This record gives sequence, structure tokens and C-alpha cells, in this order.
Amino acid sequence: MSEKIKFTIDGKECYAEPGQNVLDAAADNGVYIPSLCHVRGLIPAGSCRICNVKIAGRNMTACTTPVEEGMEIENDTAELQDMRKAIVEMLFVEGNHFCPACEKSGNCELQALAYRFQMMVPRFPYEFPLRKPDSTAPKLWIERNRCIKCKRCVRSIKTADGKNIFAFRKRGHEVEIQIDHELAAQMTDEEAKKAADICPVGSILYKEKGFSEPIGTRKFDKNAIGSDIEKVV
Amino acid sequence: MENEIKSIVGKFNKDPMRLMDILLDVQAEMDHVPEEAVELIAKELDISNVDVEQTKSFYHFFTDKPQGKYTIYLNNSATANMMGRAEVAEAFEKAVGCKFECTSDDGMIGLYSTACIGMSDQEPAAIINGHVFTNLDPYKVRALVASMKAEKPIEEMVEKYGDGNNSSNLIKAMVNNNIRKKGPVLFSEYETGTALKKITDMDPQDVINEVKNSYLRGRGGAGFPAGLKWDFCRRAQSEERYVMCNADEGEPGTFKERVILTEMPQRCFEGMAIAGYAIGAKEGILYLRYEYKYLQEYLEKVLNDMREANLLGKNLAGKEGFDFDIRIQFGAGAYVCGEESALIESTEGKRGEPRNRPPFPVQKGYKDQPTVVNNVETLCSVVKIMEKGAEWYTMMGSRESAGTKLLSISGDCKYPGVYEFEWGIRIRDILEMVGAEDVQAIQVGGPSGTCIGPRDFKRTLAYEDLPTGGSMIIIGKERKLLQDVVRNFTEFFIEESCGSCAVCRSLTVILRNKLDKIIAGKGTQSDIDDLKKWTKYGKMANRCGLGQTAANPIATTMENFMDKYEDLIQKEVEYDTGFDLAAAVAESCNYVGRKPNL
Repeated sequence: MSEKIKFTIDGKECYAEPGQNVLDAAADNGVYIPSLCHVRGLIPAGSCRICNVKIAGRNMTACTTPVEEGMEIENDTAELQDMRKAIVEMLFVEGNHFCPACEKSGNCELQALAYRFQMMVPRFPYEFPLRKPDSTAPKLWIERNRCIKCKRCVRSIKTADGKNIFAFRKRGHEVEIQIDHELAAQMTDEEAKKAADICPVGSILYKEKGFSEPIGTRKFDKNAIGSDIEKVV
Repeated sequence: MENEIKSIVGKFNKDPMRLMDILLDVQAEMDHVPEEAVELIAKELDISNVDVEQTKSFYHFFTDKPQGKYTIYLNNSATANMMGRAEVAEAFEKAVGCKFECTSDDGMIGLYSTACIGMSDQEPAAIINGHVFTNLDPYKVRALVASMKAEKPIEEMVEKYGDGNNSSNLIKAMVNNNIRKKGPVLFSEYETGTALKKITDMDPQDVINEVKNSYLRGRGGAGFPAGLKWDFCRRAQSEERYVMCNADEGEPGTFKERVILTEMPQRCFEGMAIAGYAIGAKEGILYLRYEYKYLQEYLEKVLNDMREANLLGKNLAGKEGFDFDIRIQFGAGAYVCGEESALIESTEGKRGEPRNRPPFPVQKGYKDQPTVVNNVETLCSVVKIMEKGAEWYTMMGSRESAGTKLLSISGDCKYPGVYEFEWGIRIRDILEMVGAEDVQAIQVGGPSGTCIGPRDFKRTLAYEDLPTGGSMIIIGKERKLLQDVVRNFTEFFIEESCGSCAVCRSLTVILRNKLDKIIAGKGTQSDIDDLKKWTKYGKMANRCGLGQTAANPIATTMENFMDKYEDLIQKEVEYDTGFDLAAAVAESCNYVGRKPNL
């Protein structure tokens, strides 16, 4: 058995494997730190900023910070929760998220987080941006109105020889996901489904299929996001 | 086109890490980077099209379409506006016959805006086909456009060369150095190579210790102790290490590095070599902003001269085994690349997105090897420290800030330019020296810094009081602070955000819109309260220095100039949606020929 690292989250004693990041380690100890861009096993992007925790007085993203012996982490504080909720609201206003008409509704992590944070109406004014969807790939369509730019697709979906199929275009407020048309045309059903599944929102969709799960059976219909983690221990 | 691309990609050994250079060459050769070129580059480099596109679309100076036989990039910084940019822009539009962000119908002249080009002491200024034109006015603009229409070569339009090396054969620019005050460290007499010859007798660790003992802190703005940075890098386990010099000075209002690189680039390069010796690096890279491309030939010549003098290359200064050489990496227009890890990403041919820390660049930097990134001024200071000793250096400055600092001073004053001061100088004394009267506010440290008012003029420039990377913009009494300055700075951050972090990308726009509402007279006290609350998210949540400071223009003016906000809001109204129904339906009403019945 390898030496475990001891640390605390909001005073709770926790143990981590050496090299583990705070977010994964917290989950293994039954503590849910909200996040949208992180997926276990992928290189953390640290881009949604929702998993911000406070370590030694500094704000750090839990997904990009390796656990260290004796670390004291603040997670569930009013200040952090307010900031996380604010970020979720920012994501809602910077895009066009019409949940009732979205294929991903009920399985969407952004929507689920909004419920968890009990977001009623975002505090920020809606921007209603004009964004162009891209439906040129044979098996997928990219609904940019809903994209939260988490880069999960960029980081996880590659060709067999390691080439990127997804990437960002432009910068700042204009940043958008682009799909490589040549490589997308060669994607197998399985790869296309994987891309759609890894997307936390309804931005990468598998063509010719939608609304396939009845309301009540979808992932977050009865269970709040993170509740699976909180049940672990 | 295929052969052209093949030869360009071949020049860089088909290395995807050199994608910036490849795109720069393609842009230079074809005046744009067409889609076909993107595909050909991807094919040659064996990467996907989207990989090339993601880098290309990140940088301001890579374009999808040709921008015109003459492409005018007119600076749109707040200082440029103060100095009369609006009249100049109008004159350009009238003379050329098209609006900004467009190219004339005949494809001759393109009018485009760009962020601060490092000429704040001689604004309004523009870059036209790589040549800098300063102190523009409507008269000069008309003459320039007439020459363009007559297809005169651009270099012939530069009528008078600037001072110092600006008039040398390899630069020939109308740019002025405006060195107003020389100090003992940076603008001092120095014979190139003295420090380098001295340190080769020393143990590398002793060199680091000397820098540590000087308490020199990074001059780029963050102020991290330089010696400590070198020490971390030397201690990191690796066969290869790199020295990078950050010459991406993009903070609006900064231009001192341009002056250093014009007048004494040798010192900067020598500083890099010293760093190389100390940490055990063989390769140095000067990351130079694209706006300073007019210095390229000159800097290459300086590097060659230093190679010939055995101050670069193999066995430097006669020291067996001390090999170190430098190459210049150009950026392509992105402020965020001044952040050290974004600068590394860019040098690797990628988007200039700051990296997550840890690991820090001193552990895993360029090509994932331990890398020291220092700013130009820092490295020049090192040279003088090694020549004269740490003790000499620490005799200057204030308690926690040793040595001297270069300031780029611009805005409403009689003598804009570059000044070398000891740390600890009082703001009021600076104002007197630069001939600034009736000062309303001073932007210390550029948009990412602090906006202070008269009650702070008794304070001093020092890490322990008012820290600065060197930009100082003086704002006179007659300026409208929110409309002319704060809004411009906030727009700047929207434009320059890399877009990776949700908060930086989104909050900047939210804040700008709120500010616009207040400026438009639609604001209420609740809008001021919102702004106050929201600015703090930027500092809390963002990854890099850009994101963490992007709300500073609003946050610091709310701290020091709340009355300016309060003057603009409606006192009797509790809440205003800010929604203008008449304006919203104007277009459709106009279309059907109806007057809105409101």
C-alpha cells in the first residue's frame, strides 16, 4: 500500500494518493467540489474556475492543484459558493441556454449545477449573442449557443494518431469551438457518441437522435449533481 | 501556393513548435493567411487543420483576408485618444473613403485599429506596413494617404528619423526615444561584455547568490525576486534549460523596453547570457512583440556583432564549455502573451493561453524544460549588478525595493518619455519633473494597475507602497475619467482576454455593459452596488494576472473616484432596466415606415 497523504477539507480529515489533485481526492473522500470542465482522467484545464477552493488564504482551482501533506482546504464557504453560483450565471448569460428545448436537458451539468445552486434568474443581464451552429460533420452537430468552452472535447477526442479533432478558434469573448471537418468525417459511431457524451452541455450532439430518455429517468431528474459523490463515504 | 508553403515550413524543419514563425512568414508573403494555406501548413506539419487555425485565429496580426496594399494599424489606446486620435481617425476615413476595420474597395488601403503599440509618448501613432508613424495629425494623414494613392514606397513616406539609434541605417524610424532622465543602472555608461567576463570566473551558484543579495525583483510588474527564480530553475532536475526574455511589453502606456532595445540591446542580451551561465542554459529566446518588428534587422545585427565578439556562441568570453546563443521569437499581437507561461505557449507555436500552476515555468517551461522568463529591464539590471556588485545596487531605492526603475510616462504632461528613478520616489515629485499640472488622476502600472487621485500623490513608487511595471499615464482635469479612460481600458481587456477562463471572458463584458449603462445616464444606485460586488469575482476566480486585474480599471476608480460614478446616475430613480424600447424597435419601424407609438 502506498503512503497516503493526509489533508483536510472544511476541517474534515481526508486521505489522498500521492499526485492526486484536490478535486479527485475530495470526491474519493465523499466531498463534492462543483466543477464543469473537469473529467477524471483528463489533464485538468482549470478553465471553468468553478472548483475554486481556498488554500492557505489563496484561491486555487481544485482540479489543477495537487494535494500536499497537511493541506487545509476551504470548500463550503459562503464566499466561494457565491462566486461559484456567479460563474454558473455568467455561463448562462454569455450563451443562449433554453433548457426546455434542449436535447441535453436533465443530463446537462450546467443545468444541474444551476439547480444545485438554486439559481432562479441570473444576476447578470442576458447578452443574447449571435452564434452560428456547425452541422457539417456527418455524425455530430455543434450547437455553439450552448457551448461553455470547457475544452472537454478538445482534451479528450483525438484521432488514433493523436491529432486534435476539436479546437478553439479566436479569443476572448469571441472564442468558439471548431471541429476539423476532414477528421470529423472519419469518426466512427463510437467516437462520435463519446464526443457527445463528454460534453457537459448540449453543445455536441449525436445526429438523428434526441430526447430519447423520458423525463424522470434522466441523470439529474431525481438526484442533484454531486449527490453520488456525497454518498460514497 | 503549395511550393511557397512547403519552402516556408521547410525553413523551420517542419517543426510544429515553430508555427508562429511559419504563420508570420506566410502573412508577410501573402498579406494574409488564406484557408488553403492553413490546410497546406497542417499537411506539412502533420497536424490537424484546426490546430493551425486555433493559433492563427488567436493573434491580431494574422488575417483571413488581405488587409490592403497599405495596411494602417492605428493605435486605439486611451493615451492615443487623449492626444487626438479621433481627428486622425476621421481624417483617415475621409481621405481613404472607408471606415475603420475595413479595406478600401480597390484593395489599396486598409484601416484597422490596434491596441497600444508602445508609442504613448508620441501619439497618435500608427503602424503602416511595419513602419511606425508618430505624432500624426489630420494634415499629415492627408499627405500620407495621398502618397499611398500615388503608390509611393512606404519607407519614403518617413520624412524625418528619430533620435539616437532610431536614425541608424538598420532602423530608420521616425520614433523618438525621449529619454528624459538617465539613472545609474539602466541608462548609464557601460562597456558591453564587462560583466560577462567577470562572472565566468565565478561559480554559477555565486552568480545567483549575487542577484539574490541585490534584492532585484522582476520588473515586468509581478515583482518576483529574480535571484530566487534563477535558483529554483537551477535546482530543477533536467539536462536542458532555457532563458527567455519577455519583450512583449503590451501594457498600454509602456514603451521603455522599446527604448532599451533601441539604445542598448547588448545589455539585454548580455543579461540573458549571464542568466544562461547561472542556471546552465544554452539557448535564449527574446520574445519580441510584433509591434516592434521594425527593430528586427538591427537586433539581428547586434546579435551577430556579439557572436563575433565571442559574447554569444561557443565558449563565451573564452570560458571553456560556456555555450549560449539567442534567437528572436516574434509575437503576432496578443497582450496576454506578456504573461510568462502564455509567452512560452506562444513560443511553442500555440495559442497564448496562460498555463495552470503548478508546475511553474522554472520547473516545466519551454518544451517542458526548466525555464527562466525575465523581463528586458530585469536582465539589464542584472548586468549592472554583476559589474558593480549587489551592495552597490542595494544602496539605491527604498526599504523593500532595491535599485532603480524605468518609467514610461505619457498623457497630460509637458515631457512624456522614459525616466529612470530610484524606487521610493514620491508621485508628486514625478509630476513636477514631467511638467504635469492640473492632474485629475494617474494610472499607475497601466490598465492592470491602479488609478489614483490627488490624495495619493504623496505616496511613493515602491513594491511596499505603489508597485508598477513602469507605465504611468497622467490624466488631466478636463478628461472624462469614466468615458475616456475606464471604458477604454475595460474594452482593452475584453479584446485581449485569451478566452480560456469563464470569468475573464464573460465578466469583462458584463462590467463594460454595466459601465455603459451608467455612462448613458440610465444607471441608478443599484448599478453602482452591482459593479462594486461584481468586480471582486475577477480577482478571486481568474487564473492569470490579466484576468485577475481585468476589473481593476473599474474597481480602482470606484475606490478613488466614486463621485464620478455618482454624478452620472439618476438620483430619484430606484431601478432602471436600461432598456430603450424606441431604439429596439427603430429598425423594424423604419422598415415598415411606421412611427413607434410609445
